[in-house]
Amino acid sequence: MSTESQHRTRHTRISIFIIASFLCIGSLLTFARVEAAGPPTAQVNTTGLAVTDTTVTVGDLHSATGTMAISEIGSIQAELLAIDQINAAGGILGRKIEVIKEDGASDWPNFAEKARKLLVKDKVAAVFGCWTSASRKAVLPVFEKENGLLYYPTFYEGLEQSKNVIYTGQEATQQIIAGLDWVTKTKGAKTFFLIGSDYIWPRTSNKIARKHIENVLHGKVVGEEYYPLGTTNFRSLINKAKLAKPDVIYSIVVGGSNVSWFKQLKAADITGDKWTLLTISTTEDEVKGIGGESVLNFYSAMKYFQTLKNPNNEKFVAAFKAKYGADSVIGDVTQAAYLGPWLWKAAVEKAGSFDVDKVVAASPGIELSSAPEGYVKVHANHHLWSKLRIGRWRRRCCCEIYRYHRRRSVNHG
Amino acid sequence: MAETSTLFTTLLMQGFAGMSLFSVLLLMALGLAIIFGQMGVINMAHGEFMTIGAYTTYIMSTFAEAHGFINQYFILALIAAFAIAFAAGYLLEYLLIRRLYKRPLDTLLATWGVSLVMQQAFREIFGAREVSPALPEWLTGSYQPAPGIDLPVSGLMVLVLMLVVTFGVWLMMYRSRWGIRVRATTQNRVIADAVGINTKRVDRITFALGCGLAGIAGAAFTTIASTGPTTGSLFIVDTFLVVVFGGAASLFGTIASAFTIAQAQSGLEFLMTGSMAKVITLVSVVLILMMRPEGLFSVKVRK
Repeated sequence: MSTESQHRTRHTRISIFIIASFLCIGSLLTFARVEAAGPPTAQVNTTGLAVTDTTVTVGDLHSATGTMAISEIGSIQAELLAIDQINAAGGILGRKIEVIKEDGASDWPNFAEKARKLLVKDKVAAVFGCWTSASRKAVLPVFEKENGLLYYPTFYEGLEQSKNVIYTGQEATQQIIAGLDWVTKTKGAKTFFLIGSDYIWPRTSNKIARKHIENVLHGKVVGEEYYPLGTTNFRSLINKAKLAKPDVIYSIVVGGSNVSWFKQLKAADITGDKWTLLTISTTEDEVKGIGGESVLNFYSAMKYFQTLKNPNNEKFVAAFKAKYGADSVIGDVTQAAYLGPWLWKAAVEKAGSFDVDKVVAASPGIELSSAPEGYVKVHANHHLWSKLRIGRWRRRCCCEIYRYHRRRSVNHG
Repeated sequence: MAETSTLFTTLLMQGFAGMSLFSVLLLMALGLAIIFGQMGVINMAHGEFMTIGAYTTYIMSTFAEAHGFINQYFILALIAAFAIAFAAGYLLEYLLIRRLYKRPLDTLLATWGVSLVMQQAFREIFGAREVSPALPEWLTGSYQPAPGIDLPVSGLMVLVLMLVVTFGVWLMMYRSRWGIRVRATTQNRVIADAVGINTKRVDRITFALGCGLAGIAGAAFTTIASTGPTTGSLFIVDTFLVVVFGGAASLFGTIASAFTIAQAQSGLEFLMTGSMAKVITLVSVVLILMMRPEGLFSVKVRK
């Protein structure tokens, strides 16, 4: 060994010694602090997650760019608001939540890649994210392989149940069956025209709707049509619907197409005073783009509307507008996204641990009475017990007129 | 009796639906037809120039709402949309396109890049959320010439606008000195140069005019659809379809092609499902193009 390298070795040893002693003192000090704040890290984190004595890291995975950004930005905002509020109230198990934001960029394989990065490299304790079914299906194998935990906010087609996902939005049967029951009961509807954008969610939803209409309600489906995403010309379809004269137009048109669809309905004199239109895809977010006069007196079936009257919601809306501006709107999914961090907090505290397996085991039965939509409870199938509401659109806002209790989600993976 | 009259009125409205799709397709395609047909430049950013027109209308509408002239603003918005898109096109030609005339295929790549840059710029400026301008009340309803017949006013407006714009383009191309220069340049660039036509200037104005027309199309479009950063990319395929099917460099071909595609698609949509109608329309276009690679109507051009 040369003198130089001996020298370096000694030098390294000294540095290690110094660093080690600092660490000892440091951990003693933190240990003293943590005892006051929360349980020690070794106890709440046995699987190597990114949990320190004072912080816990989570991931936020949505499309901040690309075509889905329109819808997903609301979810990001709601999740960050919830995390801020939890931190302001002292965090979880004495630890502040830190967020790593990743952009899925409306690209499904990219979602999977970012999910892997969050779980493998960042070791996040939970991820709040995804919006479209396509992105959820893309990340699902990653979450199951790496044993991560995803809180998914969107109402979706159902027929899925993963150990690693908590679904905070409604699945199809919760949204569809109750809504159809309502429209049959109050409007005496017998004939239905089903319309949707051409992909998995509207098609599956209409399949469920048709079964329920034909087998349970003994009504008749007089038309079922799908148009590609992004379609801007619905005039032929509208003529067809006029000729079929259904009691109810049941609409699952998604995204930007909503605007053309409702504007052209209005232009063809299909308005809320003469026709009954029920949709499960149009929230406050879309109406902001469509313009209130075109959806006037049509109905949406959702679990949440911004105009819900209860103290939780008033507080939530006020906090949201304070943070993101007075003219921001809150749709169904935005509220569901807001529930994610709170449900996770409740589950972690019940489990007394950040370990994914323990949090998942603690999740069923978790109740949240502070949700803006009212009381919710996590069912053993990882979906929420929640109510469905029918809202009638006014020029500026949506007004709740009907509630329907649905005891739990009917969903079997 | 009542049944037949319903059927009759529906067919009438169906015919109108086809006509308004025709108007929309033609408005979108005119600008592209001029650029692609007369100059051979494949402008992939054409959709984004429509988006410029749409956003201009949106800005004008917010301004009009604040100042209380919402019922009249739309005409102004059309002019502004044309002017701004024209200026942007002029600038793009000056900075980029004129350097690529000798490499026509590269214009495809370059303008596609430009379209991506413009999309992201829209996203930064206007946000990712789609917007739609507040429309005057008279533009959103329907006109009822007889009971049971509802003709959308916005559709009528687009129809009239299409007639005016097409007539204007025809006047300029076939009844003005500028039109003669453009056609001369298209048919034989070298000789046109030789007889003293400033072909560079002709190119620049032609390109800018095509972009300006896209701006008008975009403004008209906001009355029936919403506007987002990526709206333009939705329309670009249909637009190219019309131009290629009609035969490049032929104004009449573009009109005929827009009419055929619109009526076929609209009729098929009525008879079967929306997705099937699209499939059949596209397959027929491909088959016809296989038989007539130059499109429906083509002009003899020295290459």
